[in-house]
Amino acid sequence: MSAARIEVIVRDGGSVVRLSGRWTLATTSQRVADLAGELSRVASPAGSWDCLNLEAIDSAGAILLWRAWGRAMPSDLSIKPEHWRVFERIEAADHEPRAALVPLSPLHGVMVIGSASIGVGRHLVDFVALIGQFGLDLVHVLRNWADLPSREISANLYKSGVRAMPVTALVGFLIGVVLSYLSALQLKQFGADIFIVNIIGLGIVRELGPVLVAILVAGRSGSAMTAQLGVMRVTEEIDALATMGVPRGLRLVFPKVVALTIALPLLVLWSTAIALIGGMVSAQVQLDISYGFFFQTLPRVVPAANLWIGLVKGAVFGAFIALVACHFGLRVRPNTESLSANTTASVVSAITVVIILDAMFAIATRSIGLPPV
Amino acid sequence: MTTVIRIRDLSTRFGDVWIHKGLSLDVQRGELVSLVGGSGSGKTTLLRMIIGLLMPDQGSIEIFGEPLFGGGVARERSLRQRFGVLFQHGALFSAFNVFDNIAFPLRELKRYDEGSIHDLVMLKLSMVELLPHHGKLMPAELSGGMVKRVALARALALEPELLLLDEPTAGLDPDRSDSFVRLIRMLSEELGLTVMLVTHDLDTLAALSTRVAVLAEQRILAYGTTDEIIQIDHPFIRNFFLSERSVRALQNSGLVAVHH
Repeated sequence: MSAARIEVIVRDGGSVVRLSGRWTLATTSQRVADLAGELSRVASPAGSWDCLNLEAIDSAGAILLWRAWGRAMPSDLSIKPEHWRVFERIEAADHEPRAALVPLSPLHGVMVIGSASIGVGRHLVDFVALIGQFGLDLVHVLRNWADLPSREISANLYKSGVRAMPVTALVGFLIGVVLSYLSALQLKQFGADIFIVNIIGLGIVRELGPVLVAILVAGRSGSAMTAQLGVMRVTEEIDALATMGVPRGLRLVFPKVVALTIALPLLVLWSTAIALIGGMVSAQVQLDISYGFFFQTLPRVVPAANLWIGLVKGAVFGAFIALVACHFGLRVRPNTESLSANTTASVVSAITVVIILDAMFAIATRSIGLPPV
Repeated sequence: MTTVIRIRDLSTRFGDVWIHKGLSLDVQRGELVSLVGGSGSGKTTLLRMIIGLLMPDQGSIEIFGEPLFGGGVARERSLRQRFGVLFQHGALFSAFNVFDNIAFPLRELKRYDEGSIHDLVMLKLSMVELLPHHGKLMPAELSGGMVKRVALARALALEPELLLLDEPTAGLDPDRSDSFVRLIRMLSEELGLTVMLVTHDLDTLAALSTRVAVLAEQRILAYGTTDEIIQIDHPFIRNFFLSERSVRALQNSGLVAVHH
């Protein structure tokens, strides 16, 4: 293959630029900048161009020449008719040069804040509507028990409950060990060894158990739910359901919320138990506190109300994680970018919501379940 | 005449089922070859092997006289830049708008400045009969016919010599499909392309192809012009070309004489 060549031939009365070789993307793309520079050097407004020796030209090669010519055919051009057609096509298409970047408006900062607040407002309205729809579905199911989507609920219970048991157990056990180990170091200095039971018991049953499990489940099941609903939007499966008269609220949102509301307290119970075992083992190793003593002291220093608070928290966290996941899943627009953005937003929002709710619980239950002093 | 695609003794197996057995095919430069065959006869599999998405179990495929695999990344890439592919559903990048979809292969070359890329993309848009303002649309906002046109523009972005089309008119209404076929025909004549297409649609086949390859019984059963193919007495060919509906389509294109 012969490369693209440029020669300047000086004749009496002026110069002619003679182009030869193959002006195709394959032969020119390696040295586009060089060719463009050379062309602009030899191009003059009244110059003549001889393209009769061109072996081949495609649109990539022709655009190079077209730009050197200042986006117009030169007045003195000799070219083969089949190559002329390439330029005709470019001339016909060339009615809109590249738009310059619009400069930032001076109010840009205000606009960013404004559109962000409008966005948050829309999210809130949609989220309230989703909760309302869930309430309506709940009333509907209570009246028409046959419409209960029991298979979906059971499938979701298995996926987000049973399958999460190993990971919540592992994390719970390690947190119990770490908490107990760190507390033991401090308590030893004061000779207050036996208070390890109070610290681990209250901390895990009331706070750490529910919050840890909720964060794990938000990352694990929340993202899965958002991605699933999002892909169903992309592939128009949700529209297909709607045309069959299957309400998406009842079939897609309701089972997820119900299943997670049931599964999360059970997971809280499970991982709290494992975390207490972890703490107990660590306390025995560090402070020589026997398992028997730990078991006997635990119910006395941690009233049962704390367990109920933990379980109620779990249920509320579960409901909100599922609702947030569904909210973002149903907002996915049919492209990959939107899917990833909404899945990220879903997990981040779910974890934030869990921590906000936990703070509200802490204030609301501040006089309940504390051991007698 | 140079051979653009050369397939020798290709055999493919999915599990225990042989899809192709000793399949050979040559496509010459400048031809428009339609590949036809029943459902599940391995047309799309064959196309995916020619593109290099699947490796053949046995046999060889050469494009422009070179094997598809081996010889380093740079060689494989420069070979792949010499052919364009139009996927059945377009396969546009859903996160990019139309302009960026067509500009993507050009930007990947990392040789052109944004001004040249803009000019080239506008040219490709006008080649597939779309307007400059369509460049701002997202793939999800396009109609089926427009998706195909944008995908064709993207396939043509690197000035390929060979164009491979998978069901180019599937899912288009007859009117759109006619105009899309006309567009492919016009472009292939103007740009001197070699075209290979997989199709079910006899209208497309009759309007586009210079030759037809019939894939049946795990091999190329027949390869020739439409006239030659319909003379062959084989159950699949009789069924495909000489059913009432097919004869009507071929009559419209003037390939079969009307007889009662």
